[in-house]
Amino acid sequence: MSDPTDYDEGYDDLLDAIDDSEGYYLSCPSGHGSLPPRRVCPVCGDPQLRETPIPDVGRVVTYTVVHVPTPQFDGAAPYVTAIAEFGDVRLTGLVAADPDAVSVGADVSVGVETFDSERRIVFETL
Amino acid sequence: MQTPRVAGVGLTRFGVHPERTGRDLFAEAALAAIDDAGVDRSSIEALHYGNFMGEFAENQGHQGPLMAEAVGLSDRPATRHESACASSGVALREAVRAIRCGEADVVLVGGAERMNNLGTAGATEALAIAADDLFEVRAGVTFPGAYALMARAYFDAYGGRREDLAHIAVKNHDHALENEYAQFQRAISVETALEAPMIAEPLGIYDSCPITDGASALVLVSDDYAVRNDVDASVAVTGSAQGGDTLALQDRREIARTPATERAADAAYGDAGIEADDVDFAEVHDCFTIAEVLAIEALGFYEVGEGIAAARRGETDRNGERPINLSGGLKAKGHPVGATGTSQVVEVTRLLRGDHPNSDSVSDATTGVAHNAGGTVASVTVHVLEHTRRGEVGE
Ligand SMILES: [Zn+2]
Repeated sequence: MSDPTDYDEGYDDLLDAIDDSEGYYLSCPSGHGSLPPRRVCPVCGDPQLRETPIPDVGRVVTYTVVHVPTPQFDGAAPYVTAIAEFGDVRLTGLVAADPDAVSVGADVSVGVETFDSERRIVFETL
Repeated sequence: MQTPRVAGVGLTRFGVHPERTGRDLFAEAALAAIDDAGVDRSSIEALHYGNFMGEFAENQGHQGPLMAEAVGLSDRPATRHESACASSGVALREAVRAIRCGEADVVLVGGAERMNNLGTAGATEALAIAADDLFEVRAGVTFPGAYALMARAYFDAYGGRREDLAHIAVKNHDHALENEYAQFQRAISVETALEAPMIAEPLGIYDSCPITDGASALVLVSDDYAVRNDVDASVAVTGSAQGGDTLALQDRREIARTPATERAADAAYGDAGIEADDVDFAEVHDCFTIAEVLAIEALGFYEVGEGIAAARRGETDRNGERPINLSGGLKAKGHPVGATGTSQVVEVTRLLRGDHPNSDSVSDATTGVAHNAGGTVASVTVHVLEHTRRGEVGE
């Protein structure tokens, strides 16, 4: 992780923070949420971005059960990937749950887990 | 302003050709287009070429000159355009602009993709890079997975079932039956589609386009050039526009809509001076069945939430009021990604000229649309094609 060729500044800093239960997103004065690294708001271009805590509980907006994976996830399929809304920002993550336990509207928390030597955003159903 | 006209079209048979190089595929399609155009090859001033995964499939970047060389035009300016599955739609747009502004009179445009030599896992990996690597691919999003996320969101917001999607696959397979360039020339049933294995729920194998090798090409000429050289080019590109959106689905306000297509359609219809109701038929980007639903809504043919039932009701089949994907679409014709955008325009042109096996279904048609999307419609082009006499447009 300290190897700079394998570190994505902004993104990996965010994963460190989520791992420490101090996850944040970037919020512009107009209330648009986005994820780092950003220099300006992707919606309105405002450069005044403030780190704002990601709420503890998110809501599943949509999900899929992937049966045909990329080689990185070989052996893991079928697995669940979801988009969850945490206040003004949405995250995409793997869901650490049986597919039958996931539904649109379900509450989840966000964490980080290492899989196939890559850190990944992971949701847990609540 | 000059109006670009389609002087000639060419396709390879779409299908499984893992042993054929990209340069050979493109040469076949492009030489066929030049032959169909009946223009002197030396009059071609530039090549605009679409390709997405050449670095994965053939360890080959910088494909513009390579492809120009493959058709005997090695001293012409040649540019590769990469916008995922919209690569050749974007290439076409550049060719249209070059002719409109008077910079060129004859332009070759097309695309090619070699995919099957990568195998299913390799092609899945190559396609996935159209998504946001940090925030989507690392979280397990595949290309089918992304459209599955859109399908689930659509069902949740507007209703619909897997059976509705199956009717789209059945229709597009039916449309491809007589299309000699199509990867699948065989009928399927709703039951077959529903019982097939899942790729990314709620999408199964028959909701997905196949992995395809192939190429497509067009020769575009200016209206003036067509008149001066007595070129038979009865189909004109009268509208052209491109739309954009966030790369990652998570950053869109509505996951079950494709506003980039809405914006591109508005602009292209305005450019052509038409309304959505004037469109007689369309080739739309149905990489997955749900994508056809999103496209026909965003193109203004259906209200949001209504497109899901169109195929089931028979409104978009060859006998329907506005046929969609008479070629068989990406679903049955196949989807060699970098070749798809211009292949749609080849099909629309043949349908309007009357030399397509399904031309009889649209014998009175004058206006067709081609809709080509990249990723989850973060890039999209919409082109309006009209059957007109030379000199009739742009005066
Ligand atoms: Zn903003």
